[in-house]
This record gives sequence, structure tokens and C-alpha cells, in this order.
Amino acid sequence: MCRFLVGTCLSAAAMFAANVSFANEELIRLSQDSKQWVMPAGNYANTRYSTLKQVTADNVGKLQVAWTFSTGVLRGHEGAPLVIGDMMYVHGPFPNPVFALNLADENKIAWKYEPVQDPNVISVMCCDTVNRGLSYGDGKIFLSQANTTLVALDAKTGKVVWTQKNGDPSKGETSTAAPHVIKDKVLVGISGGEFGVRGSVTAYNIKTGERMWRGYSMGTDGDMLMDPVKTTSLGKPVGANSSTSTWQGDQWKIGGGTTWGWYSYDPQLNLVYYGSGNPSTWNPKQRPGDNKWSMTIWARDVDTGAVRWVYQMTPHDEWDFDGVNEMILADQQIGGQTRRTLVHFDRNGLGYTLDRETGELLVAQKYDPKVNWTSGVDMNKSSPTYGRPAVVPQYSTEHNGEDVNSKNICPAALGSKDEQPAAYSPDTGLFYVPTNHVCMDYEPFRVNYTAGQPYVGATLSMYPPQGDTNMGTFTAWDAKTGSIAWSLKEQFSVWSGALATAGGVVFYGTLEGYLKAVDAKTGKELYKFKTPSGIIGNVMTYEHGGKQFVAVLSGVGGWAGIGLAAGLTNPTDGLGAVGGYAGLKNYTALGGQLTVFALP
Amino acid sequence: MRISVVTVFAALALVAGSGATRGDGPGDPAAVKTVDGKSFDRNGNPTYKIAQDGTVDWYVYSGFRRYHSDCHVCHGPNGDGSSFAPALKDSLKRINYDDFLGLVAGGRKNVSTAQVNVMPAFGQNPNVMCYVDDIYVYLHARANDAVAPGRPAKHEDRPEAFAKAEDACMGPKN
Repeated sequence: MCRFLVGTCLSAAAMFAANVSFANEELIRLSQDSKQWVMPAGNYANTRYSTLKQVTADNVGKLQVAWTFSTGVLRGHEGAPLVIGDMMYVHGPFPNPVFALNLADENKIAWKYEPVQDPNVISVMCCDTVNRGLSYGDGKIFLSQANTTLVALDAKTGKVVWTQKNGDPSKGETSTAAPHVIKDKVLVGISGGEFGVRGSVTAYNIKTGERMWRGYSMGTDGDMLMDPVKTTSLGKPVGANSSTSTWQGDQWKIGGGTTWGWYSYDPQLNLVYYGSGNPSTWNPKQRPGDNKWSMTIWARDVDTGAVRWVYQMTPHDEWDFDGVNEMILADQQIGGQTRRTLVHFDRNGLGYTLDRETGELLVAQKYDPKVNWTSGVDMNKSSPTYGRPAVVPQYSTEHNGEDVNSKNICPAALGSKDEQPAAYSPDTGLFYVPTNHVCMDYEPFRVNYTAGQPYVGATLSMYPPQGDTNMGTFTAWDAKTGSIAWSLKEQFSVWSGALATAGGVVFYGTLEGYLKAVDAKTGKELYKFKTPSGIIGNVMTYEHGGKQFVAVLSGVGGWAGIGLAAGLTNPTDGLGAVGGYAGLKNYTALGGQLTVFALP
Repeated sequence: MRISVVTVFAALALVAGSGATRGDGPGDPAAVKTVDGKSFDRNGNPTYKIAQDGTVDWYVYSGFRRYHSDCHVCHGPNGDGSSFAPALKDSLKRINYDDFLGLVAGGRKNVSTAQVNVMPAFGQNPNVMCYVDDIYVYLHARANDAVAPGRPAKHEDRPEAFAKAEDACMGPKN
């Protein structure tokens, strides 16, 4: 067609391409302006790093509360607000209110949106009714409601532009994660791993809401958008039926592998990165096989959804070590060369560094020394078990079997880290990781699947590692070598997302409700302030009127609110002196508030 | 068989109603009768039996396991409650066996301006309903501090009658 009209064809193609990538260029430009915070992690690389440096290690001790805002909801508050221009967008857990606050007019509420949702969706939300926040693009604010409705709101007025239904709550499909705007698409995941949901990522057209592609975590090659030849795992083609051949019968149809983490994107490679969660059920005996591609790091082409590469971290999960945690993109010097790396802190307690272009595994090391279920990952490329973690039989619930209580497994099911995102500072070259320092007993038993009902199949008790009394740490990690630079003990799990800044300060929140600032180089505590409720939100920063602000949502809840509200189990079976810690309820109560800090 | 069991539970849910609590509690937990390892109180309702040395009967142990699979994700470990669901070790001081069955099978909704709490209806869920007596006796024992938090250290063996009833209720193993 184009042979005789090359010029015309090229310009048409160029116009098409420009149109397609318009929203992306706007977002990339906005995300480079540290005064704003335009996407959940501040940038596509998921570093949660800001170049703002008015607040420094020297003056952060003088930080004060500048203003506060209540969401009116008393459930767990995860995620962080966005700042675009003069407007701040604040979200809340179910019923998922969205507030637009005008920073240029005394933080007045410019508009509020609150969807009407059937409260029955609450009954199929495992572990509280959290929502991890909003995204912006093309003049619209995107909210993924608990009931899986994706809604596009006019950023100026709050009016609904379009809505789209992504899943079916009557089957246990819900939404907790933030949507992610990439190029001309809005990407959303799904929650419900404890209800036998089959996980997927779906891309919708940013202008119309039309569905562009959906890639499942398991199923036929077509369902997953996998090419048996072109899609690779550890450098080799995955082959045909790479998922269905690792499940018994059609168990993959209720196989889990949900997708509720923070996605990242590399514009040069045009790839989006995320992790898939645990296979359903929690009873490993009931689902023989590797259960691919649950527990997997995914790299998909943004335009088509086609899978470039996958890496399954925990084949045949036996502990509920969901692989959903964020992928942080950073270029690092490894072995004398600059590598385009992806760094991931998995629930299973291993910190992974991979080449994000090829999926080559570079580093896999424990970021909590107490992790004991594996003796390490096979890094020998010619080994038949290359890339697989070696499972210690004593801690293998598959090996020990149904109706047997496997004791002292570290980490616990909530992982050495859960969804709370880590941060990366290019200044120090360190990753800042909020962790759960918790171990468990785990006993699997038989369960039956009923649509829309919990499909768990294991009982567990959680407690700090033997000999320790702290249930969390805040750890600085060198991902080039896989080693801990420094680690701070915290009484409770650190369930808040970290923020790194060019001022040499790193921020995080604690379950007691403290916002803490520490020295990025040494971890020395420089400032703390107790907010009204426990913090499970992510710290963010922005600049307005020439002043740098630091903001965080308080509101205890989420899985942290379940295990910790009552105090973790102190088992009576002779674990030793794990006493001395009291329940979180002695420190904080429910709340739902944004606290914004600034220098005087 | 399994279908008929579920039907029975659904009918129970109708009889007991949803959300109705009488406030008179489960009553005296003393076991007056034990059949195939399962104990009953003087009203004929299931109850727990705990030996001097702390050994719990199989049903309490089974209740501990099932509670910490399907219930603890909202109601917290040991029935201690969470930031968004009540402590059942306290609720079981107020509600009796019939109320408990009705609530578990039928669910409940507490919606106010301050909170939206929704408990699912488990009537169709064999993982809960096949073990609902076990969960009840476990929580009743927790309410009376008859079992400590955490996993019971010692328990009686699984009675043959339990295994039979479980197979009948859960259906054949796949």
C-alpha cells in the first residue's frame, strides 16, 4: 500500500504514534517535576525518590505539622495522595471517596466523588477494605473501586467521564490496587487470591474505557498472551502450554495469581513490570505441580500485553508467599558494567536483582537473615534447577503434608515484606525496605471450592523470630551485591511505603502511628511525630508556594490490623522468651487522616 | 449427601434469623454427655471438654484450625478481634448456639455513618459449615478462657465418627 507514497505513509504513522504516546509524554514530563507527585510511586521506575531537598538531614528535626485532613473513613488507609499542579487528590478505603483539595485556596475541597457500591463487596474482601490510591492522565483521575469498577473522573470537576467493570465480586473478584496510567492505557489488576480468583492484568483505553487487552496469570498461552517461542524464562523460550502443564486438570481456572501490586514501566523497553500472587488454595497438597505462572515476575509489552519474559520465584508455593510486591527499576553497576536492573523484595524473604531487558537473574539473597524456608536460589546456569529456591524439608508444608503443623517457618505468610513499597535513592545507591520480621506455624488441610467463598485451606499462627522481640525492621539494602547496609528494629511490622529524597533523608511510617525521618546514609533517626492512627500509607512529598511538604495517610488496618490489632500469638509450645511485646491496640486506634509536614 | 447438608444449614439460617442476638449467652459449658468424642451440654448443644493436663477434645482442635483458616482474616487470631471486626471471644459470652449458627450461615450487616461492617453468609461454604460446631466449641472455650491463645498444645485423636461425618459433608477427596 505504502510503496508509492512513502512520505505520506510515514507522516501518517508518525501522527498515529504521537497520538498514542501523548498521555505518556505528558506524564513523563510531569513526573520529572519533583514539585508534583503525579503517579502512585512518584515515577514510572517505582523508586519513590524525590529530588526535592529543602528538607535535609540537617534541618528535618525541625519539621512541623502544616495541616491535616480527615477522610471520614475508619478503615485501613494504604497508598498516598497525588499532587498535580495546585490540586491534591486524596482517596479512602471503602466506600472509596475521592477528594480534590485546592492547595492554592487553603486546601479547600474543590470536589468530592463517592461511588455507590453494594456493601456486600466487603464480605469478599480478604483482610480489610483498603484502596491503594489513584492515578492521573489525560486530564482525568482514575479510581479502581472495591467492586472492580474502574472510573475516570474529570480532574477539574470530579464528573464521571467513563466507567468500566473489570471483575465480578460475586466470584470473589475485588479491587484494592491503584490503577496505573501508561501511554494511552489504564492498567488494572485484580484481588481475590483467597477466593480462587484467576488473576489478570487488563488495559483500558484512557479516552473511552474500551478494553484493549487482558493477560491472565495462568491458563492457555492465548489467555496469558504468551508466545511459546518469543516469551522467555531465564533466557529460554517457555514452550507451549507452559502454565496448564504445571497444574492438575483444570485447577488453573481457580488458580489465584492475583495482581494487586504497584506496577512499573520502562519507556525505552516499552515494558510494564508487576508480580503475580499465590496459587489457590493455601493447601499445597491439593494442587500438585509448579502452578505457573503464580508467584512470578512479569514483563509485558504495554501496547499488546504480549509477555516478553517471566521468572517464577516460588514454584509450587507452600506458604502463601504472594509475588505481588513492586518491581523497582534502577540502573546499577554490577560486575563492572552498568546493568538495566529490576529490584524486587519478595514476600518469600529474598531480594532479587534481574536484568529487566532479558529477565536474567543476577542476585537472589535474603534481606532478612532469619529467613529459613530456603537455603538459597540455584544460580548455576547449567543446573537443571537453575533459578529455583532450594526448599528446606523441615519447613516444607508440602513435604510435611496435610494435617501436620510445620513450625517456626520464617517469614510468615504476610512475608518479609508485603505490599508496602520500598524506595531507592540514586544518591546512596541503597534500597530502603519496610519489613515484617515475623515467623509462623502453618498447617494445611483439605478445602472445597465454592464460588465467592473463601478458599484458604491452612491455619497459621504468627510470632516474632525465635530470640527476637521486634516484629519489623527498616532495612537499607545493596541490590548490587544482595547485602544489608543497615537495619533498624521496629516493635511492629513496618507497613508503610518509604520515601527517599535528595535532601539525604528517608521517611517511613510505623504501625504505632509515627512518621519517622532517618539519615539516608546511616539510618540515624532524625525526627519522629505521632500521627492520630497507625500508618500503613506511603509517604510522599511535593512542593507548593516555594515550600517542600511531606505527607502521609494514617489509618491502621489492612492485614496489619488483623494480625496485630490483637497482638500476635504467643505460642504455648515452648518457643522461648517472645514476650515483652504488647498488642498494637495499646498504642493506636482507628482513624483516617492525612498529615502534612513542612519546615517552619 | 453434601447438598442435603447444605440445605439443612440454609433452613437453620432461616429459623435462627439474621442478626438476632438474644444476649443470654451459651450457658453452662459442662458436658453432660459425650458421643464418639463429641460432647454436649445439658441443652443438647455441642460443648468443649478439656482435660486437667490441657488436652483439648478433637472438636476444639478442629475448631481452632478452621477458625484460623476462614474466620481469623477478619476476626483476628484467637478470636481476639481486629481493627474492623469484633472479638468473637467476647461475642460468644452473649450469643448462644442457635444465634451463632444463624449468624454464620446467614451473615450480617452493620451499616452506620461511622462504619460499614459486613459479614458474609457462609451457608453454602462447606469449609465453614461442615465444621461450624467445631468453631463454636472452640470460640466458646476461648470466651470462657478454657483454652489459651495459640495452638492447643495437646489434643485428642480424631474420632472415627468425625472422619465419617467430614467425608459425608465435604464430599469425596479429589
